[in-house]
Amino acid sequence: MAGGGTAVQLEAVGLRYGSFPALEDITFSVPEGQFLAVVGPTGCGKSSVLNLVAGLAPASSGRVSTGGRPVSGVNRDAAYMFQADALLPWKSVLENVLLGPLLRGASRAQATGLALDWLGRVGMHGMDQRYPHQLSGGQRKRVAMAQVLVNRLPILLMDEPFSALDAQTRALMEQELLGLWQELGATVLFVTHDLEEAIALSDRVILFTSGPRAAIKGDYEVPLPRPRNVVEARFMPGFNEVYERVWADLRDEVMAGYARQRSEAAR
Amino acid sequence: MSGRGRLRLPVLGVQIGILVVVIGFWELGRRVTVGEDRFLVDPFFWSRPSRILARDLQWLQDGTIARNAGVTLYEAAAAFVLGVAAGVVVGFLLGRSDFWARVFSPYIQVANALPRLIFAPILILIFGLDERSKIALGFSLVFFIVFFNAFQGVRDVDRNVLNNARMLGAGEGQLTRHVLLPSAMSWILTSLHTSVGFAMVGAVVGEFIGASRGLGYVIARADGNLDATGVWAGMAVLCVVVVVVELAITRIESRLVRWKPQPAGELLAA
Repeated sequence: MAGGGTAVQLEAVGLRYGSFPALEDITFSVPEGQFLAVVGPTGCGKSSVLNLVAGLAPASSGRVSTGGRPVSGVNRDAAYMFQADALLPWKSVLENVLLGPLLRGASRAQATGLALDWLGRVGMHGMDQRYPHQLSGGQRKRVAMAQVLVNRLPILLMDEPFSALDAQTRALMEQELLGLWQELGATVLFVTHDLEEAIALSDRVILFTSGPRAAIKGDYEVPLPRPRNVVEARFMPGFNEVYERVWADLRDEVMAGYARQRSEAAR
Repeated sequence: MSGRGRLRLPVLGVQIGILVVVIGFWELGRRVTVGEDRFLVDPFFWSRPSRILARDLQWLQDGTIARNAGVTLYEAAAAFVLGVAAGVVVGFLLGRSDFWARVFSPYIQVANALPRLIFAPILILIFGLDERSKIALGFSLVFFIVFFNAFQGVRDVDRNVLNNARMLGAGEGQLTRHVLLPSAMSWILTSLHTSVGFAMVGAVVGEFIGASRGLGYVIARADGNLDATGVWAGMAVLCVVVVVVELAITRIESRLVRWKPQPAGELLAA
């Protein structure tokens, strides 16, 4: 993968929503080209980390920077694939994908060419005149993937992008994501609650504690070779070892979060 | 879809049946007397379908319909266009600004709660007996409907879609064009159906109160002469005009919102 610099850096970052402290004192950096998985219990603020890097939510304290520049306002270097459907429902598949290049100053002809190329790469050839409501969930995710990748941005943020898919479609999409990522060499921040998915895809896993005041609980290297097959990776030596280490820590956090919820419910 | 196709013939059959029964009752009801000397359906008030039809045909021939429906349509169309344009623009501006939305909120609520038909006489005083007073009345009705829908449409934008467009590189102006306008469009289009109706109401009521031309004037004149047939004949013309205009709007709507899934139960629209 490209470079050797730091793509994403968070220094002592805190984030509050009103009086609710979502994140506190988060520090980590991601080298260029790394595939980083962010895991943690539900509601721990994983998505908030992506919003910080995307520039959609300003940090309440600390510093967020990408490519050495501090993030202020929408981050023009980051592509963001959302958990929920975020395709523009009133635009056709083609119009959805060419929107990015068009907004970034490409001519319509250029943008159309790029969009068709990427629709082909994600296996949506010949579907360009459909509207999102005419597609299946998996097809919509493919279009969303083309839509965020077509801009060829150095940072790719993904928030549980495949969580709504069935297991087979999901494995297929994960594999395609890995292929495209290796081709692009982008730095990926991939949020998921699925530990297996996190390890199978990534070079490194960061574990968050349960919120509020979520912090980093652990940071694990994933020593699996590349290129990788996401299904086979689950049976490789080393997979289980990482899995057990992360799970041991994650379990504590899940239990802690569960206990907190119960005590809140009891009040 | 298949269910609707299967039901189509029975539904049409019953619809025609209801029409035949109502018209038949209306036509023949005067032959049935109740009590001493009262008709079941008194033709003095209700006239008769055959006479109404004859009157309409006569009006069609002597140009009464063409002359007056044209005026009413012109007034309604002008009120509609102006009201929609103003409603969309103001709805958008307030929808985008929390501050101004709060400032104007009580005034808009009060203005909307007023029965604006009350203003018809004043509008006729201000603008005169000609078309302008009817356009003003229709405008005051249409504006609020479209305004509320445009406002809600802008407020209702999916945050994910909005953020997605931002991340793809959209600035404020581009967000309006690619996200806010199309999102609000379905709300605005829904309001157009209601608005067309109200534009007609504005025109006809305005004419009814004071005019020398238009369908409302025709009805008011017949009413003044205790001519029930004329009143009903005027209403029949009005019905036909409104149905035709509604169909046109539906056509435009289906072209503009091709992206939307067909709602499962569009029972009343078909």
